Amino acid sequence: MLDKIKATIEQAIEPIQDGASIMVSGFGESGIPFELLRAVLDKGVRDLTIISNNAGTYEAGIAGLIKARRVRKVVCSHPRPVNSEVFATAYRAGQVELECMPQGTLAERLRAAGAGLGPFFTPTGYGTLVADGKESRVIDGKGYILEQPLHGDFALVRAHLGDRWGNLTYRYAGRAFGPVMCMAARHSIVQVDRVVALGELAPEHVMTAGIFVKAVVAAGGAR
Amino acid sequence: MSQPTPLTRAEIAYLVAHDLPDGAYVNLGIGMPTMVSDYLPTDREIILHSENGILGSGRPAVGDEIDPDLINASRTPVTLLPGAAITEHTVSFAMMRGGHLDYSILGGFQVGANGDLANWITNAPDAIAAIGGAMDLAVGAKRVIVMMEHVARDGSHKLLEHVTYPPTGLGVVDHVYTDLAIIDVTQQGFVVRAMVEGLTLDALAKCSGAPLSAPGAGTDQIGIIRRGADGCPAYARP
Repeated sequence: MLDKIKATIEQAIEPIQDGASIMVSGFGESGIPFELLRAVLDKGVRDLTIISNNAGTYEAGIAGLIKARRVRKVVCSHPRPVNSEVFATAYRAGQVELECMPQGTLAERLRAAGAGLGPFFTPTGYGTLVADGKESRVIDGKGYILEQPLHGDFALVRAHLGDRWGNLTYRYAGRAFGPVMCMAARHSIVQVDRVVALGELAPEHVMTAGIFVKAVVAAGGAR
Repeated sequence: MSQPTPLTRAEIAYLVAHDLPDGAYVNLGIGMPTMVSDYLPTDREIILHSENGILGSGRPAVGDEIDPDLINASRTPVTLLPGAAITEHTVSFAMMRGGHLDYSILGGFQVGANGDLANWITNAPDAIAAIGGAMDLAVGAKRVIVMMEHVARDGSHKLLEHVTYPPTGLGVVDHVYTDLAIIDVTQQGFVVRAMVEGLTLDALAKCSGAPLSAPGAGTDQIGIIRRGADGCPAYARP
């Protein structure tokens, strides 16, 4: 029997070890798996690489991990939205590295990793600092830069409903990076608002197919 | 001639909003561009895209409408229009990078006469890189509109021959709306489409770091931005 449901959040994140690269879903404060991130903090793992759109806000989620000195590097598109002082302070103190890239490039590098593609050419960032150290090429009169797939050990994702095969739906714009991170990571861990029975999700409404998911846990930990 | 009164940010947003055609797909960048949504003409259907996967976002959400899973790129809670669609991130950025959006409206630090845009980082030594969706929006949309003050707070020019800050995109800007003028970026450089009442082309040129030209032989083809009886700015296309 295929059952990806974990009884507790601690069990769901159990495989995460020191030095892991972890994709974290969400945009701003929507779609962030705060409960999973809290459990990662409590587990005490360190030397993490966080791959996410932002670098955390206030002192929860990614910002909580940064403040506790658990994060070696942040790979993101925008580390400086409002209320992101924890990252800025840690970065200026030399406590955390930053790799910043265009948001669409972040999404597409994740997709390339999940879809089994190699490097790809994108016009985004051509002729800018983003192109430094990368191959630039003009094709049919348009400039492109070569970007690499972005792999990761884990994805921590927040979804809305999930079943024991790992099929998922998301609420509104909480979807964002969730589906592509589930595809891109070697081991995707998803917190859902509610676990539903197999068959309860209409097949054509499934937004992430279970094949991309390793673990599903109800946000409160209860089934 | 009356002393020219620069446009307020709201007035710039009003002018941009009223130049968008019915049925346009439009992305509003963070900062001043978000104000455009407050002035969209009610007799046109203009479909707003937000980079976090919303196509068809509506007015800001209030009270019970506020949902943490429904925010726009500026992190403001929003409503959805009937007919809205939600996508995941790669599809949302395909709309941008893939040339499907009619207009991308961005803030700007500097615009070059060659259409180069700088709007993501200054040369300040303590600046932290933060790109977000700006580079994708700059390269992808059919037309890129930049909204900004004509002159920086420190008095330096923002319309330049070449940008001096790190560029966001090369040769991407089509139109610039400032507190003094509306300027089209053409093969011949900056062409003044309209300017606020009471301003001369010579005076505008002194506020600009690159040559400006008029659309025709003389200056009579430059539109004059006037405030109407309703207080709203407008200009006629000569």
